[in-house]
Order: sequence, then C-alpha cells, then structure tokens
Amino acid sequence: MPSFAPSASWEVLRRRAELFASLRRFFDERGFLEVETPLLCRDSVVDVHLEPFVVPLLAEEGGLRYLQTSPEFAMKRMLAAGAEAIYQVTRAFRRGEQGRWHNPEFTMVEWYRVGDDLRAGMAHLAELADRLLGQVPREQSYAEAFRESVGIDPLEAPDEELSEAARVRGWNGSSHDERDDWLDFLFATVVVPSLRADVPILLYHYPASQAALARLAPDDARVAERFELFFRGVELANGYHELTDANEWRRRAESANERRRKRGRPPIPVESWLLEAMEQGLPPASGTALGFDRLVMTALGKESLAEVMAFPWDRA
Amino acid sequence: MTGRSIAAERHGGASTPVFPDVRGLATIGAARGGTFVPLGRTDRTSSELTWNWENDTVAVYKTSEFRKGLKVQIDGEPYLMIEMNFVKPGKGNALYKCKLRNLIRNTVIDRTYKGGDSLEAADVEETEAQFLYRQGDTFVFMDSKTFEQYELSADQVGDNWKYLKDGMVCNMVLFNGNPITVTPPNHVILKVEYCEPGAKGDTATNVTKPVKVETGAEFPAPIFINMGDLIKIDTRTGEYVERVKN
Repeated sequence: MPSFAPSASWEVLRRRAELFASLRRFFDERGFLEVETPLLCRDSVVDVHLEPFVVPLLAEEGGLRYLQTSPEFAMKRMLAAGAEAIYQVTRAFRRGEQGRWHNPEFTMVEWYRVGDDLRAGMAHLAELADRLLGQVPREQSYAEAFRESVGIDPLEAPDEELSEAARVRGWNGSSHDERDDWLDFLFATVVVPSLRADVPILLYHYPASQAALARLAPDDARVAERFELFFRGVELANGYHELTDANEWRRRAESANERRRKRGRPPIPVESWLLEAMEQGLPPASGTALGFDRLVMTALGKESLAEVMAFPWDRA
Repeated sequence: MTGRSIAAERHGGASTPVFPDVRGLATIGAARGGTFVPLGRTDRTSSELTWNWENDTVAVYKTSEFRKGLKVQIDGEPYLMIEMNFVKPGKGNALYKCKLRNLIRNTVIDRTYKGGDSLEAADVEETEAQFLYRQGDTFVFMDSKTFEQYELSADQVGDNWKYLKDGMVCNMVLFNGNPITVTPPNHVILKVEYCEPGAKGDTATNVTKPVKVETGAEFPAPIFINMGDLIKIDTRTGEYVERVKN
C-alpha cells in the first residue's frame, strides 16, 4: 500500500465504525448526554508524566494554549454546572507517546455520572466491556495482582525492597528514582504481562501516590479509588471515584509540578477553570476515560494501533 | 563485502541539533525562577540552535531517539540495540524496553530505560582487514584501505583461527579504533595436510573422518577425501561443504 493510503484495512475501519455505533447506543440507552468540549484550552491536566502539546499564540491572543491530553477538566466543569450523566468521543493529544500501542493523537471516550462511587463506576465500565468486547471483566485489587506476580506488597514494601526488585529485572536506576518509578516499572514489565490475556481485567485501589484525580479510599488511606481496565496486556481505560476537594487538588497539582521541575519538565498552570469549578462545588461522581483505538485493536485481535487507525502519526 | 563506516553515520546524525525536550518546551511555556510565565517566547536563539554539539566529546542518544540498530556503549562495551519497545502506563513514566547485543561477547541483555535517560553512542566501525601472520597467540591483520596493522589476541579471534590463511580478507569491527571482532568469509577453501587414505570409489558424504588442514585445525570430512585435496568449509557452522577441484 502506498503511504498516502490508510494503514488500516477497509474491513477494520468498517468494524471500527460499528464499535462506535454500538458504544454510542450503550450510552444513549443509559440516558447519557453526548457533549463536546474544546481541544485548545488555557489549562490542562497537571500530571508528572503527561506532556501536552503547547500551542504558541501571539501575546494579544493570550500567549499559549494546551492541546488537551483528555477532556477531563472541561467535562468536570460541566458536572459542577449541573450535568448529571455525560459522555464524549474526542481526540486527545499526548506529546512523545509513540509506539505500537501509542499514537500522540488518539481517540478517547470519556464519561461521568453524578452519584456513582468506585463500585458503580467499575460496574458501568464492566457493562461496557461486556457490550464491546463480549466478556465481563474479572476484578482484582492492584495490590493483590502485584503480590501474585512480583511477590512483594506494593503498599507496604520498603523502598529498598522495591528498588532491588526493579533492579534485578533490568531497571536502570538513577539517584532521582522515586517509589512510583519502581512501582510503574514492575507494574508494566511484570504485573501486566502476567495478567491473563484471554479475559479483560479490572484492577482497582491503586497506590495513593498514583491517585491522580481520584479520591483516597475512606477506610484505607494507602489506596486511591482508581480503577483500570486491561485486555490482552493493554491498558484500555482509567477511572476514578472523583476527587472533589479543591484544596487537595491544589496540593496534588503543586506537588506534581514540583516533581516535573525536578525532572526538567516545564510546569503546567495550577490555577485552572477546574479548580474554580471545584471551589464552587463538584458533585460526587465517577468518571472514566477509554482509549478507543486500543479498544478496537484488542477487540479485533490486532497487534498495533496502526492496524486500526486510518492515518497513524507517521502518515498524518 | 564493503566496509561501512557506522561512525560516519553517527556523526552525520548527531550534527543535526537534536533538542532536549526540556529546552524546546522551556522556551515556550517557561519556568522562570519557579513562576509559571504563560507568555513565553516561542523563538529560539541561534546560540541555542548550535548548542554545544561541536564541544561535546561524547555523542549521546536520548530515549526519544532509541530505535532498532542503534550502537551504544554500556559500561565501556559496545552494544547493538536489536529490539526497542515503548511502554507507558497512562498515568506513569514512559519506559523503553530494549534488547541489546554485546558486540564483543555476542551476549544479549534486557535493559529498561525511562524517559529522560540516555546512552552514549558507541564509535563502532566495520572495515576489511587482511590476515598477515600468526605469532604465538597474536594474530596480525592489516586494514585493506589504511594499511594500518592490528594485533588480535587468541581470545579475540576465538574459533576463527581455524579458518585463517595468510592473505585472507576478513571483516573486522573496530570499537574506538581498536579491533574487537574479526569474521572470516562465510566459505573458505583449505588444503588437507593430513588424513587417513581415502576409500576409492566411496562417495558417501554421510560417513566422515577427521582431516587436518593447512591452518592446523581439524574438520570432519567425507572418507573419500585425500591428502592434498582442497575442501570448502562453511565458517558459520564449521561444516564441510564440498571438495574443490585442484
């Protein structure tokens, strides 16, 4: 095939469109409102490991804007302004993420429902997985999956034990290493490959240090009410019982920026429309983001995103 | 076989200023003394564009440049990147899972690097060299183009001594200008110096006997081979291929 042509076959692109239709029916049946939010915003999710594309503008146009790494901030502003159940199919952009399972520009499905807690959020994602993948996911806590494959308790093990476990498995450490570096490494190279490939799995209760925008578990401050869906060794979705405490988010965003500085990455503004919305009052809710290209890839048994996207990065 | 200068490729690649991510971004949304300044400038000064590359004594590959075929240095030894996979948890650090082959010992190691790590480039070059002579445990070669002479130890030559005839042109790999491996052509023709007399008329090739060739090495060969015959040996397997007409 010449490189001007799509890298995915027409058969795959047709199946992809069917999955889209099926996904929209799923949300419509449940009374979710489909919404749209801007891609070029003044603020962006503050995360140590998410690098937004920064779009420079003239000073009189406001300096710069961020291509959204997810529609999270804008959708939560809608929740604070009265939305009850919303979903969106959009493009998300993440700088530097490119590989077999990564494309810097990708399709994301994100939804929120007011009143849902961790269990309800997981149940909703499980129903969606059942509809689109034809299988109900198995559930396991992050710590249990970690203990089963690595043989170490990720919540209790001292730093030295984790760093040594990472080192013997090929981690090339440095003095800047943090606990999450070893956890992420062991998770990505030991835990995920050991998950059963034939059944989707929902992992929940991530370590509190990886809470991102999830609230901590009320009965166990070591873990966050965060869950992820995996299938065929690929991370498909990430969900939270949402953090609603503005002060806590300000504290986490500042700490994320501090860690970004240490790693030589530019900070992302802590002041944001979201923070304003949270100060106003964000209703309790659960929200999930799903990588649609990866879902298509695993649903069709394909090995790379290029097989399920018309024009991946190198053809865009 | 043509000598291919990998070092030249590398220098060619490195002469294009490859911007560290941080610098590129810092000029746009910059941190100035810890305060976020959203109205940063978007231009780059010429001094930034010509940043340091000429003064850099060691070329370095950043993780974003990692790819199959890269030649890098780890603990002072040269490695070839034979596999590279990018993995990144949605809310976690980017990881680059690499398989690397040691170009001296041929062993393969798995290493995982995180975003922002880097590896030194290895100055590895391939050349053609003629085997001149052996003196004890020292094998002397001459670069076919520069006429420079190189001495390799028996360790470095390994099993390849079995195939080395005076004047034979081999492939040589240089690391920082020093030879690390030498590879003879895939097929060599060697003269049989000694063997038990051949059974006349027996042309079976599946029954073998040891024959000693001019290099002093022994190979299994069919029983019809006689002293003075020329035989072709596959240097990759050490197996007899055929008898060559004198």
